[in-house]
Amino acid sequence: MKWGVVRFPGSLDDGDAIHALADVMGQDARILWHKDESLNGVECIVLPGGFSYGDYLRTGAIARFSPIMKSVAKFAADGGLVIGTCNGFQILCEAHLLPGALTRNRSLSFVCDRVWLRVENAGTPFTRATKQGDVLRLPIKHGEGLYVAPEDELRQMEERGQVILRYVDADGRETDAANPNGSMRSIAGVANERFNVFGLMPHPEHAVEPMLGGEDGLKIFQSIAWSAR
Amino acid sequence: MSGHPVSIAGEPTVNVEQARIFGLTQDEYRKIHEIVGRTPTYTELGVFSVMWSEHCSYKSSRRHLRKLPSKSELVVQGPGENAGAIDVGDGWAAVFKIESHNHPSFVEPYQGAATGVGGILRDIFTMGARPVASMNSLKFGAFDHPRTRFLLGGVVGGIGGYGNCVGVPTVAGEVMFDAAYNANILVNAFCLGLVRKGEMMSAKARGVGNPVLYVGSATGRDGIHGASMASAEFDKESEAKRPAVQVGDPFTEKLLIEACLEAGKTGAIVAIQDMGAAGLTSSSSEMPSHGGLGIELDLDKVPLREANLTPYEILLSESQERMLIVAERGREAELQAVFEKWDLHAVVIGRITDDQRWRARWHGQVVADIPIGALADDAPLYDRPAAAPRVQRQSKIPFTEKPEPAKALRALLDNPNVASKKWVYRQYDSIVQSSTVLGPGSDAAVIRIKNSRRAMALKVDSNPRACALDPYIGAVGVVCEAARNVACAGARPVGITNCLNYGNPERPEVMWQFIRGVEGLRDASLAFGAPVVSGNVSFYNETEGHAIPPTPTIAVLGVMNDFTKHVTQFFKEPGDMIVLVRTALPSLAASEYSATFGIDGASLGAIDLAREAALIDGLVEGAEQGLIRSAHDIAEGGLAVALAEACFNPRAILGAEVELGQAGNADADAFFGEGASTVILSIAPGDAARVGKLFAGRGLEFAIIGQVTADPRLKIGSAIDDDVSELQHIYEDAIPRRLGSGD
Repeated sequence: MKWGVVRFPGSLDDGDAIHALADVMGQDARILWHKDESLNGVECIVLPGGFSYGDYLRTGAIARFSPIMKSVAKFAADGGLVIGTCNGFQILCEAHLLPGALTRNRSLSFVCDRVWLRVENAGTPFTRATKQGDVLRLPIKHGEGLYVAPEDELRQMEERGQVILRYVDADGRETDAANPNGSMRSIAGVANERFNVFGLMPHPEHAVEPMLGGEDGLKIFQSIAWSAR
Repeated sequence: MSGHPVSIAGEPTVNVEQARIFGLTQDEYRKIHEIVGRTPTYTELGVFSVMWSEHCSYKSSRRHLRKLPSKSELVVQGPGENAGAIDVGDGWAAVFKIESHNHPSFVEPYQGAATGVGGILRDIFTMGARPVASMNSLKFGAFDHPRTRFLLGGVVGGIGGYGNCVGVPTVAGEVMFDAAYNANILVNAFCLGLVRKGEMMSAKARGVGNPVLYVGSATGRDGIHGASMASAEFDKESEAKRPAVQVGDPFTEKLLIEACLEAGKTGAIVAIQDMGAAGLTSSSSEMPSHGGLGIELDLDKVPLREANLTPYEILLSESQERMLIVAERGREAELQAVFEKWDLHAVVIGRITDDQRWRARWHGQVVADIPIGALADDAPLYDRPAAAPRVQRQSKIPFTEKPEPAKALRALLDNPNVASKKWVYRQYDSIVQSSTVLGPGSDAAVIRIKNSRRAMALKVDSNPRACALDPYIGAVGVVCEAARNVACAGARPVGITNCLNYGNPERPEVMWQFIRGVEGLRDASLAFGAPVVSGNVSFYNETEGHAIPPTPTIAVLGVMNDFTKHVTQFFKEPGDMIVLVRTALPSLAASEYSATFGIDGASLGAIDLAREAALIDGLVEGAEQGLIRSAHDIAEGGLAVALAEACFNPRAILGAEVELGQAGNADADAFFGEGASTVILSIAPGDAARVGKLFAGRGLEFAIIGQVTADPRLKIGSAIDDDVSELQHIYEDAIPRRLGSGD
């Protein structure tokens, strides 16, 4: 499968995504430069973590105007698979490819830790390799990961199954203490209505090797690879 | 090129009084007069004052630093460049250095700490190395001092705010609180980068006629005289120096990292240096001077943030995220294309000359013309008088009432100096770049080299209490501790960098502390065969006559052949044997126990470096052979705290049952003593004989003192029997509880 990882100025986990996909999973993964409009025929686009454009103005607010984002929007409109992690999630929300927004953590501090996540919908192209209710262990590292959306929109998203991942404790229970940033309804990852665009604050690309944060992140990428076939 | 440099209208008159305001002595002013052969211009005087400041010239320390060992088979680059480099195998060199940003961080903690991180990163990537790991060593005043909370929040926020945004993981560090730092905090920042051997870049200019490129952010009025601020004591007016603190822009830094590394690959860069302390002045004088050449600068070409900066301001600005590059003649456009891709300025602002002069033009006139050596390599050198203070600090207060060991353990775990620093390191990205095998929270960090089994272990340490009792033994002990931590992780120590934080060197007792510290560092470095390849000296950590305790901060780099064999501090399996290995008996001198309970301990015992080296050999060999399941160095809080920490395995807590023999059971020295080099190991029961041989065979004390238990209780003799999860809660909640943040 051909993957494209977008490099914005200030992207940080672009190299990690390439490492996870190419070095660990043996996939064909390449960098897409933000100033280009060509997607080079990739089958899945990854918007990586980082501080694109320094997160100045607002996280993701400037990146969405990069030339490549026009192509990403068109690719998504045509049903192409797009996954955004952390800053990539923020950009997807800013670009209105995903509902809701990400705001400053409840603690007002950056938080780097490992969290548990419950799979709420295993029927998507991004979670196919998991089962409903599976608990995944993935790292987070962000200052602005508090997910918000209007209450009626949240309700509709829940009904349609767009809430894909939720912060939980080790036993899979949704508790306030297990919610690392104060996200509404403990939401960690959401999809669009068509289920071809997925954004999540945790970093699956940082959980692909047993000695470096475990391998639960592979399940997300494997799901995508299966979906493309 | 001719005629004397001109003064600019409106500038102050240059005289000895103006020189004094700039921090120059009468003798230094006279010498400047002699060197330029006339009264210097205001611009020139400013330039001399920053280049001859202690911070830039190392005028008080240089002759002593020469004593430090800087050679070994593995040294790729010793002192003299922006950072040192050690061969870590598989064709890679590790480039690393630690540097202070104490003064600015006290005045403006967020930006001071942030720009400290930015500055040390630039020292690494100017060498052509990609920064792969950061660490920091922080000293604050007493936790309950009214300013500490503000400074702690600001410094940690600044380190995270900058480090997280440039994509370099912060993997280890240390934080200490002590009233001795109430008026002078310490912020020491370390960075390590990797470069292919043979692809290292240099700061030595060559090639007459080669163009000089200015790269990065535009120049503003911030940070003027920052280097001078770092070269003077603090007083009541220091807060007013806030404008001398620079403001960081980590986004531009990230672009600079990528652009400089990409530009380096073109081969068109002859020399490159960060515009750090003393900004454009230091970089433009040091690069040509190291190459025996001169330079001519056209200040009208320098990108400015606002119009109407004077030449003095342009030359002394310490605006951040700027680099100076000497390029191959005719290849400017190639480099400019790379920087343009990253949306950065790259402007030719001068040329390399052969006349060994440092010359600056502005508005068509020469405003400075100075023999270049006088600014850089031939700055003044002092042999300041040193004298031991007449009375050594010694034990004065006798033991009043010893707390019961069980209570003492809980109190120590609740002491912010001992307690978990998770509140701090949770604010740092420690995993970006996918190489952090072992991050914050164990003895040393372990960073793998990608596409290789090899890895590096890193640790930064200091021990101001021991250094205050004896600056020589204290410094030796700090090197031993850092090296031991690295060895506990399974790596062999191969290189050292140091940040020497002291008071005012013009006072003989401070100079004596400094010299003894350097001698301690030298002796320990020799014993471990780990040379000192880079470093930094920070003097004048002093406010209104009160100096900080001598604080040499030492970072040690270790290497291991196979990262899958790294060792953590946490017990692994119930039934494993707990082993104590040590080089000497523990003591309460300079211990956290003594500080906590107001008991001033005895004086420090001598350290036997041969035994220290033997301990390290045993630890490294044991890890290589897979015999060591966990290894933890005994530090703040002594054996009891170390045992508790080893039980706090993040996967699942365990317990321990330990017997110290008759003498130990109620003996504070045995429970809480520090000082001696001691490690606790856990090993599989069947390996006892082999592990015993590793250490007892090297003449070290080796004793099986207990075993790891599934029942999460910590039992030490008859004196302590406590619940590990409760102890862990105390340990993890100590700092958040005091800060009132439960999150």
